[in-house]
Amino acid sequence: MPSLGAGMEAGTLVEWLRKPGDAIAHGDIIAVVETEKGAIEVEVFETGILEKLLVEPGSKVPVGTPLASIRAEGEAAVVTPVVAVDAGPVAVEAPPLTVEAPPVAAPEHVPPPPSAVPLASPAARKLAQERGIDLSALTGTGAGGAIVVSDVEGHADVQGPTDVEGQAAKPAASAAADLGPMRRAIAAAMARSKREIPHYYLSHSMDMSAATAWLNAYNAQRLPEQRLLMGALQLKAVALALLDYGEFNGFYEDGKFQPSSSIHTGLAISIRGGGLAAPAIHDVDKLPLARLMTQMRELVGRVRNGRFHSSEISDPTVTVSNLGDRGVEALLPVIYPPQVAIIGFGAALPRPWAVGDALAVRPIVQVSLAGDHRANDGHRGALLLLRIDKLMQEPGVL
Amino acid sequence: MTVMTYREAMREAIREAMLADTRVFLMGEDVGHYGGSYAVSKGLLEEFGPGRVRDTPLSESAFTGIGIGAAMGGMRPIVELMTCNFSLLALDQIMNNAATIRHMSGGQFNVPVVIRMATGGGRQLAAQHSHSLEGWFAHIPGLRVLTPATVEDARWMLKPALDDPDPVLIFENALLYNDSADIAGEPTCDIDRAVVRREGGDVSLITYGGSLGKVLAAAEQLAAVSISAEVIDLRVLRPLDEAAILTSVAKTRRAVIVDEGWRSGSISAEIMARIVEGGFWTLDAPLARVCSAEVPIPYAAHLEAAALPSVERIVSAARAVLGR
Repeated sequence: MPSLGAGMEAGTLVEWLRKPGDAIAHGDIIAVVETEKGAIEVEVFETGILEKLLVEPGSKVPVGTPLASIRAEGEAAVVTPVVAVDAGPVAVEAPPLTVEAPPVAAPEHVPPPPSAVPLASPAARKLAQERGIDLSALTGTGAGGAIVVSDVEGHADVQGPTDVEGQAAKPAASAAADLGPMRRAIAAAMARSKREIPHYYLSHSMDMSAATAWLNAYNAQRLPEQRLLMGALQLKAVALALLDYGEFNGFYEDGKFQPSSSIHTGLAISIRGGGLAAPAIHDVDKLPLARLMTQMRELVGRVRNGRFHSSEISDPTVTVSNLGDRGVEALLPVIYPPQVAIIGFGAALPRPWAVGDALAVRPIVQVSLAGDHRANDGHRGALLLLRIDKLMQEPGVL
Repeated sequence: MTVMTYREAMREAIREAMLADTRVFLMGEDVGHYGGSYAVSKGLLEEFGPGRVRDTPLSESAFTGIGIGAAMGGMRPIVELMTCNFSLLALDQIMNNAATIRHMSGGQFNVPVVIRMATGGGRQLAAQHSHSLEGWFAHIPGLRVLTPATVEDARWMLKPALDDPDPVLIFENALLYNDSADIAGEPTCDIDRAVVRREGGDVSLITYGGSLGKVLAAAEQLAAVSISAEVIDLRVLRPLDEAAILTSVAKTRRAVIVDEGWRSGSISAEIMARIVEGGFWTLDAPLARVCSAEVPIPYAAHLEAAALPSVERIVSAARAVLGR
């Protein structure tokens, strides 16, 4: 069971998409697991034969539990039964043996699940299990800070309406996002962020005339499904800018910043009925705009249907949030831990703008940055925003 | 309205039994001419004569054995052991004979004896006269162990005890003898069940015998800080009314056991074990207990008070369980 995000402790195997004896290759989707973030497709990083399924559909198992055994090419068949050993949080997503684009930000960057089980009374545990409430999301008010029944009941009161909404938003195929757990996952991650990360915020106004003109010209020659959205340009501009500002791309863990050599940009995507997820598009800096746009469309579609790939959900190295299509001018986003930066784009709104000595009306976008002051500083953050601006003025290079 | 003391209630129960059934007789040290060490049997010798109120030598093993033999022979003896401390001299008779003969005779003999004894500390009688050994006897299959905590139970428990075809031990906490209450005319108790002496929702205070008064006082203090304590009087230590315990704990989800016995290997330990066995998933806090300090009960008043369960210790244990 891969760890698919901060604080994930367990997941439920929803279905096996492959059966024992199937030949499988690196990147194949072999199973679907249900987590707090929704249904996530589990990819394999090995090539070989799917030898044995170790977990039954419907079972909830802790992160690190082997889900299946894979016999690598040329390896002898295992005769003895596979013993479920604790392989740590990277059981299935073991380091890939093949050489293609290594997912540097594989789940080892994801913080391990808390080692200490929250102190909770038997009655609280029972009630939480009955109601599907994650105890780690609760604060205990009992003796010694233990979680007691009233804490679980209080939590249920808060969660009730959201759960109902989540149920309503569920597509018929049950392998979809359950917004109760998702709300809790967001709550846990954002609370941790605001608790641990000393945020600082910068914002900058960008003239979007050049980008808009370029985009209009580009789209005019293309079929609707091939056209680009401004969001793709902005995403690419962020990724390219980050090449020179590595301290904004990576993870802050165990008291130190670990830069990432790849740029996997998390895209904050709202989900119908409530909640959001920020799965990654991999290696955005290397993707041509057309492919980036295709991937964005595909990802948004899948996320809104509640299905993500395991590697997408677990390894964004930085996040971009674009609320421009909601018409707001600017946003002050919250960093998704253990990332160290999040970049926000507001709407392109017509504003008076000084051009030389005269005033003009230009489409202006506020780009904002929330930075983790443990990993980076405002001076460099300002330069990063200016670099994004510069790239947006030269859309041809994107 | 009939107001009487615990002592008078017990005497009245014996009188009533002796009047109702000529097979009933009382036997023990100083029960006749002296009127009983705690004056329970005062006046009974005059009323019933030396044939039915028999003073015995200081020989607990012998006269307890006589009682067991008389019971096997068809009598309904009430044996008074002056205190439970001296019951140890009769332990062989109680455990190896009274508790076993029905089983060892394949049901040919039963032993309908009632053995009464005083128990508990708090009277500055020091380490050899202050034991609470009822929990020990509750360990023994074949016995029924009663701990009347109220005047009413003192008045009404004897008859069902005598009616029981097997040996019944009645532990009378000596501090209760002067308690008084109005006794209703009708018998109001059985010897099977625990009772809820005070309803509450936050924590179950489970006790018996001489500690009941302290526990009720503690519950009153807890109410003043908005903690609603339910008080369970076990009444019968063997067989334990497990259903009553689990029902209360299922409601309050927390329990403090108050037991004047020592903590290690005590009836309180047994109660905790039953709660964990049968009610683990209902618990909202670790179980707690207030027992006597594990020392020979001291003579000095302040040390004795510190050794025995107190209202303050019960209150603070309940508050700790609730985390407030």
